[in-house]
Amino acid sequence: MNRETRRIFRRLSSDASAILGFALLIFFVIVAILAPFIASPPPGRDPYIMPIVTWSSNPLPPSPEHPFGVAGKRDIFYGVVWGTRTAFRVGIIVTLISTALGLLIGSVAGYFGKLWDEILMRITDIFMAIPFLVAAMVLTTILGTGLDKVMMAMTVFSWMGPARLIRGNILQVKEEQFVLAAKALGVSDFSIIIRHVLPNTIFPVLIQASMRMGSLVITAAALSFLGVGAPQGYADWGALLNYARNWMLGGQGEALKYWYMTVFPGVAMVLFVLAWNLVGDALRDAFDPRLRL
Amino acid sequence: MEENNLLLQVQDLKVYFYNEEGQELKAVDGVGFYLRKGETIALVGESGCGKSVTSLAILRLVDSDGKIQGGKILLEGRDLLSLSEREMREVRGRDISMIFQEPSSALNPVYTIGDQIIEAIILHQKLSYRQARKTAEELLRLVGIPEARKRLDEYPHELSGGMKQRAMIAMALSCHPKVLIADEPTTSLDVTIQAQILELIEELQRQLNMGVILITHDLGVVAGMAERVVVMYAGKVVEEGSRWDIFHHPHHPYTWGLLHSIPRLDVKQEKLAIIPGVVPDPLNFPSGCRFRNRCPLEDEVCLTEPSREEIENQHYVYCHHHSQIEVLETRGFSQ
Repeated sequence: MNRETRRIFRRLSSDASAILGFALLIFFVIVAILAPFIASPPPGRDPYIMPIVTWSSNPLPPSPEHPFGVAGKRDIFYGVVWGTRTAFRVGIIVTLISTALGLLIGSVAGYFGKLWDEILMRITDIFMAIPFLVAAMVLTTILGTGLDKVMMAMTVFSWMGPARLIRGNILQVKEEQFVLAAKALGVSDFSIIIRHVLPNTIFPVLIQASMRMGSLVITAAALSFLGVGAPQGYADWGALLNYARNWMLGGQGEALKYWYMTVFPGVAMVLFVLAWNLVGDALRDAFDPRLRL
Repeated sequence: MEENNLLLQVQDLKVYFYNEEGQELKAVDGVGFYLRKGETIALVGESGCGKSVTSLAILRLVDSDGKIQGGKILLEGRDLLSLSEREMREVRGRDISMIFQEPSSALNPVYTIGDQIIEAIILHQKLSYRQARKTAEELLRLVGIPEARKRLDEYPHELSGGMKQRAMIAMALSCHPKVLIADEPTTSLDVTIQAQILELIEELQRQLNMGVILITHDLGVVAGMAERVVVMYAGKVVEEGSRWDIFHHPHHPYTWGLLHSIPRLDVKQEKLAIIPGVVPDPLNFPSGCRFRNRCPLEDEVCLTEPSREEIENQHYVYCHHHSQIEVLETRGFSQ
């Protein structure tokens, strides 16, 4: 194990894009943890609601007071900093729950096969046939706004990937002789799945999950942008972009007049997704036995 | 045979597989044999003759396309086929254990050797982790693995093939089973290691007084280890007898062909016997005697199924023409 861990570290540290990915991720983690110090919330208020800083509904360009400018009466800098926490929360919770759900469904389908497989995989197909964003929008509209509702809606429509992936892997691993050997020793089906099959199939799922983390944040932002996501004033990158909706075309002959409204939250989002994708790539390379030297 | 000495009896076992078109493949069709306490028997036959399926059926581990369609498997008088799945799990590993052909794939690559042996121990015995670890260490010593304590914390890929097979044996023996099924335990090992593993199995068998069912197509292994031999062909038993009977007085043409198709050092041979033809398609076994389309002694009688005949004390053969076997000595398999 030690040798293996060291080998993985060595590979990760010799890969420039891996270093960039982890550095970005660590940067975001630090911002999220230190949010109360970087952008201190007004005392006694919910820190996740961006405080109102001006009474004019016109956006204000960056200034020493508001380094990223003001949109929808709210400080963009504050929104971007606290939005990091929202992004992590949405990404991690949705990924965890949908991966767990996918693991459960995929393992049952793959391990028990036959009718179980048929029924569960057809259900998976049905869910996959529904366009994700539209489905999530409809469900959010039905459930009502609120970040928890958004997360629920996204979870319901994002377990299929891991389910299929794990099913395929289990189909492969369950033919291995050590599974038969474990059965011959009297190990129960449940422990065989948990102890013998999953540990041999879990890595691709974890890697896929880390890549999905980024794209889920984009989806959450898209929902917020469309106004069915986070509630009014909630610190969320998508919500910031929502404020920019009416100003995106610029004004008075200056197409880029309100650039700061889209650029700051947009860059945050792009870097966040990039960080997860690079980390996912790096992990895949580090754990891929075919790339071993 | 004395009844109280009987350990395992397989009677008229039928295991059928079904393909996607719903056709029936009679992989094992009416197989029967017995195993006494402390005895080694060998199940011999070509690939596809049903010997591995038989061994998996004893543990009720035939995969989901196959079904045990009849027969009895009596372990000390108790019919394993009538047990619930839960009771059967208790039997696996504790009463009957199995070791496999490929030690490298029969051990889980993500756990240490120790973890896997400890899992097997704790499964059937009420021991704490610490006690189990100690037992595991003793087991590794028993199967002749040097530096047992260190090996406990090593992963399968850090061990050689022979060491892995020893570790597998340690795992299989962790609960002192009454029956050990060894499915081609040496096929994937080097010849020098083969002998060591076979010796180890033999010695442990004596120490623990187990019954061993050795499944193999290697007649050299059979000659070295088995007290009795059961020869299988196309899902049926064709001959059963002591090692001496089978090697020196084979009475089924198939057994005869099998023995004469291996080179011998002690007899001057011009040519090795070749059994003409191939093993029949399991979807399409010949009626009557299943060997008849490859047999030089075939005639109309062979269209009816041969019955089990005892030709000497506990030497059974399933052939209408077993009395004419001498003919083969002069003319071989050429017709």
